[in-house]
Amino acid sequence: MSFFVAQNIIKNYANHRALDDVSIEIPEGSIYGLLGPNGAGKTSLIRIINQITGPDSGELFFKGRKLEPADMNRIGYLPEERGLYKKMKVGEQAVYLARLKGVSRHDAIQQLKAWFEKFGIEAWWERKVEELSKGMAQKVQFITTVLHEPEMLIFDEPFSGFDPINVELLKKEILELRKKGTTIIFSTHNMSSVEEICSHIALINKSQKIIEGPINQIRNKYANNTYKLTCRYNSEFHPEAVVGEEFEVLSQQVQDGQHEIILQRLVPCPTNTLLGRLLDKTDIIAYQKIIPGMNDIFIKLVKEGNFSVND
Amino acid sequence: MNKTLIIIGREFSTRVRKKSFLVLTLVVPILLVGFYAFLMWMLLKDDSQERQIAVINQSEIAQPFERINNNTFTYADTVITEFSAPGFLKAHDYYAVITIPSDVMERPDVSIFSFSQVPMELKNEIAAQLRKKIEDLKRAAIIDESQVPDLEEKLNATQTPVLVRTLKISDTGEAKESSSEIASIIGLVSGMIIYFFIFMYASQVMKGVIEEKTNRIIEVLVSSVKPFQFLLGKIIGVAAVGLLQFMIWVVFGAFLIFLMQAFSPIDMEALRAAGSMSGDLQNIAGGGNLSSEQLEIIQKVAQTIDPIFILTFLGAFLFYFIGGYLLYASLFAAIGAAVDNETDSQQFLTPLSIILVVGLYIGFAAMKSPESPLVFWSSLIPFTSPIVMLVRIPFGVPGWEIITSMALLVAFFIFFTWLSGKIYRVGILMYGKKVTWKELYKWLKY
Repeated sequence: MSFFVAQNIIKNYANHRALDDVSIEIPEGSIYGLLGPNGAGKTSLIRIINQITGPDSGELFFKGRKLEPADMNRIGYLPEERGLYKKMKVGEQAVYLARLKGVSRHDAIQQLKAWFEKFGIEAWWERKVEELSKGMAQKVQFITTVLHEPEMLIFDEPFSGFDPINVELLKKEILELRKKGTTIIFSTHNMSSVEEICSHIALINKSQKIIEGPINQIRNKYANNTYKLTCRYNSEFHPEAVVGEEFEVLSQQVQDGQHEIILQRLVPCPTNTLLGRLLDKTDIIAYQKIIPGMNDIFIKLVKEGNFSVND
Repeated sequence: MNKTLIIIGREFSTRVRKKSFLVLTLVVPILLVGFYAFLMWMLLKDDSQERQIAVINQSEIAQPFERINNNTFTYADTVITEFSAPGFLKAHDYYAVITIPSDVMERPDVSIFSFSQVPMELKNEIAAQLRKKIEDLKRAAIIDESQVPDLEEKLNATQTPVLVRTLKISDTGEAKESSSEIASIIGLVSGMIIYFFIFMYASQVMKGVIEEKTNRIIEVLVSSVKPFQFLLGKIIGVAAVGLLQFMIWVVFGAFLIFLMQAFSPIDMEALRAAGSMSGDLQNIAGGGNLSSEQLEIIQKVAQTIDPIFILTFLGAFLFYFIGGYLLYASLFAAIGAAVDNETDSQQFLTPLSIILVVGLYIGFAAMKSPESPLVFWSSLIPFTSPIVMLVRIPFGVPGWEIITSMALLVAFFIFFTWLSGKIYRVGILMYGKKVTWKELYKWLKY
């Protein structure tokens, strides 16, 4: 079931169209990566999902019914540009933000204490935000984002400004939240973290959605029939002569006495046929299909510009 | 609505707990009262300097001067001119020397020579004593000559202090005593309080909005509450701070005045000072000490302000106090949302400040001519009405004018808050862009 649906969203600003008929479907319990270059319209879409601004046209559905203002309390949002009141004390501020999300003062204090303990930052409660380092403040902000136990969380570039240790801590927390059933929207430029934690993605470019779906499906789709063969053989062996006319050798290199050969399959041909041709000439170590990384797919799609895929 | 309350709570409590609030709230009244007391003391303190003043008396008046504070007079028998005066003063170590010519009765022209500037008060007192002596002598001579029995008593009886009361009459012929001086002072002071309140607290709203925008916390906040709801909470929260501060000032001020009256004799003097501020009282008091008769007059003036007037005036004051603030606060908030930092706010703030200052000046003008067309129109137009109307009210304003002015203020407040809300909604999420008036206009259509 789709947890959150945005249908045919159009958003115009004075001089340009920020979102042009964008539809996305976010499955329940997924970590949904919202990708796209700067200025593509991600932030506009996130703000519409958060009900910070309204779309010019299009509809939004939350758990199968229309999105309502009261749903604000069920969504948690960590914006890319983060900030807290500098002069306010950490604890007091966190309680305030939690209360604005509909948590009672009493519950807020209890849960905050638990979170502060978990992150080992109990000593910060009475300190002013301006006394904290940037990374410390980000931790506090992360806690205030998830404190009201939202059913859906929206993270915009959550890892920027954190050191690697805290990035790991945060990833762990995000995966933990997913395990508890929280649906997570995750907007980032960091493709390796997308591959690591996202289950679904959508790519937005130039105000339009270019592609959407489960991440594995998308990566497989963009696998362009290239294979990597790792093997050992004597120097008289010429792969071009052996692989047959169905395959073309793109490159080969020797590393630690092992040969790595990149093959492009030109026409359909069973893998076993190829391996049969190679078996008596070489010592095969590995043969695998090359699945492109999200980074390659991202660059390829964005460069292709308005190229649109609908399926 | 519950969320608005939470916002009001934060805006209120963070501001009230600030040191600057405490300082401003407690120190300002102390400073004001202290300044007032100092002024009084300066004006009324006795001249304690000890001075020896020589008098060269060539006239028939015996002993023209008596001791004035610590100034003592010594009579000498010599002739002094401008040229010999310095030598004389040095030789005898006198502070000053007064020469009274022999024909002083006909030509009352007296010179005081001194190396220093003779204080005004001393000079006036010398003149007053001499005048009294000359007048008494002349009077005694006339009484002697005329041979009319009891002439002295009869002449004394001709002295008549005149009290002019201004009576304002209504259409029904009902006459009310009124005091235009006191009325206009009350009106103007209230107008000025409103002016300062608007400036102080509306710009606090603006600062708050800019702070939230530059902090980027606003994006989190508006994902929890609607921007308009948030803005409303902020404006009300700050207003509550202002009202609290004002209330403390009133109570504190009343307490201090009470203290002063209880422990210091200054109150009589203060009344005299108050009398000299409004012209006619000074004439009655004649510069001398207050008699019970004169006290009665002052009390009468105080009574001219009847309780019904005080209640209406207080009501109007509160209405314009809050209404004026709300109108300007929403506009200031829109400005705060449109800019990235306080320095950029100037271009939008200037027109508003000019309107406010013009309002204050029209308020001054209204004191002199409460019926002029400029004053009339600016007491109806909401941007200036909170100040100008308050100055006008003590002079008597027809009910329909007050109602129109108030209704317009409410209408403008609703309209401009709606307008500001639109600008606010767009502005808080716009970063790093220098905004022009044209752009603000576009935002209205988003």
